[in-house]
Amino acid sequence: MLKVRDLNVYYGGIHAIRGIDIDVNKGEIVTIIGSNGAGKSSMLNAISGIVKYQGQIEYEGKALPQVAHKVVQSGICQVPEGRVIFANLTVHENLKMGAYLRNDTKAINEDFGKVYDLFPRLKEREKQIAGTLSGGEQQMLAMGRGLMSSPELILLDEPSLGLAPLLINTIFEIIKEIKSMGKTILLVEQNAFKALSVADEAYVLEQGVITAKGKAADLIKDPKIQEAYLGKK
Amino acid sequence: MAWYYLEGILILCGINVMVVLGLSLLTGFTGLFSFGHAGFMAIGAYVSASLTTMLHWPFIPAVVAGGLVAMLMSFIIGGLTLNLKGDYFCIATLGFGEAIRLILNNVQTFGGARGMASIPLKSSLVAVYAFVIIGVIFMWFLIRSRHGRNMVAIREEELAAQAIGINVFRYKMLSLAASALYAGIGGALWAHYLTFINPAMFMLTKSTEMTIMVIIGGLGSITGSIVGTFFLTFLPEAFREFADWRMVVYGAAVIAVMALRPQGLLGGIEFSPKGIIKWITTSGKSKKAQVKTPVEGGKA
Repeated sequence: MLKVRDLNVYYGGIHAIRGIDIDVNKGEIVTIIGSNGAGKSSMLNAISGIVKYQGQIEYEGKALPQVAHKVVQSGICQVPEGRVIFANLTVHENLKMGAYLRNDTKAINEDFGKVYDLFPRLKEREKQIAGTLSGGEQQMLAMGRGLMSSPELILLDEPSLGLAPLLINTIFEIIKEIKSMGKTILLVEQNAFKALSVADEAYVLEQGVITAKGKAADLIKDPKIQEAYLGKK
Repeated sequence: MAWYYLEGILILCGINVMVVLGLSLLTGFTGLFSFGHAGFMAIGAYVSASLTTMLHWPFIPAVVAGGLVAMLMSFIIGGLTLNLKGDYFCIATLGFGEAIRLILNNVQTFGGARGMASIPLKSSLVAVYAFVIIGVIFMWFLIRSRHGRNMVAIREEELAAQAIGINVFRYKMLSLAASALYAGIGGALWAHYLTFINPAMFMLTKSTEMTIMVIIGGLGSITGSIVGTFFLTFLPEAFREFADWRMVVYGAAVIAVMALRPQGLLGGIEFSPKGIIKWITTSGKSKKAQVKTPVEGGKA
């Protein structure tokens, strides 16, 4: 579905992503794990057209445009890191914003139902101003808004960032549910254990280079990965 | 107060409203600060003045042409600078404004530092307010359109706007272009009111003055911008007898408003007949309701 070849991202003189290849197959959860500053977010931002890059990104057999709004049009949606929501709008209005590019009122209303089923908390707080939600609820809202654009591929950037352990579990449960809705997910995470336990395929990114890849179930047993990312000796 | 004097202030108010409306769109609704709008005013003023004095164009086409040339310039400037974030864009506009002034200072065709004199006096009260009314109506509908709401989304959360598929660059460009058009028309009207222009009129202080009016009036409010402009244009006049001290009063008033009402006189609120009626009918009730009702009209 998504094919990334020889991707390079530069920030001035800093070579943040150094020629990486990634494949995402339809209906899978693919995760990119790595520590702070490994280039995980840069990679997602490159795919979604927020940062400039060199290399090829193919989506459904066609070259992906390098402009953010066109990427969204082609069916890829990013849920940015750090719960980027419209703080002065209500929960419902935020979700509505997600459907910005769509005209199919009927399908939009169906998607409202799906999102509210997935996140009952958002339904409860439908009329509340989004800025007053808790961190976890804001993360849910950001994900819900992403789903409202009816994407085929969802790019999730650090959904567990700054959340309490219990909430992290909830978020990962929801990620699995989103997969079962037939969506494809590219998940970037620091919480390697959680990410590997929900994902099908995984890549390990270190200083802009892919150092390991494979089935998530295999990587989670790999002693080197365990030592570096899972805190086991 | 003699009518002639009052009329003069009202004309100046109208001209300032024109420029401030445009700046309000850019700063208040799109979240981009500009310190170069005197540059767009200068372009509008010089273009229209050249057209009426040298080519003997009629007044209204000359004013519109002044605005359009300023808008054209904004496309060039915007294309170069709108990818810059926050403060950097601000500095770039500052550079642009000063560059325009210095170019005019050195181009003898337009009189250089001596400026241009004997511009026909055409900006009557009626003419200026005709432009202002059209300007306000257009802006009112622009803000309420899909385009206006996209700009507000960019102001609120640029990354989120991008993530849901808004063409951020395009709407920033549109906002800058519209505000340059308004500034250009304002500058053109100014030239035909004062009948004399020179580059020193379009210094950084002019840009700052306009931005202060937007902020005092309240970001994200058209009526606020209008109220702010009238307030800050009349204020120095009301304290004429203080002579040099009146600008101190001006400064103190700006500080007082910012300290007591950081959101500006009408930040995020619009005056509307409906809102006023609601405000009156609910003012007896809890304070919460009072705050809520006026917002209704102008919720972005």
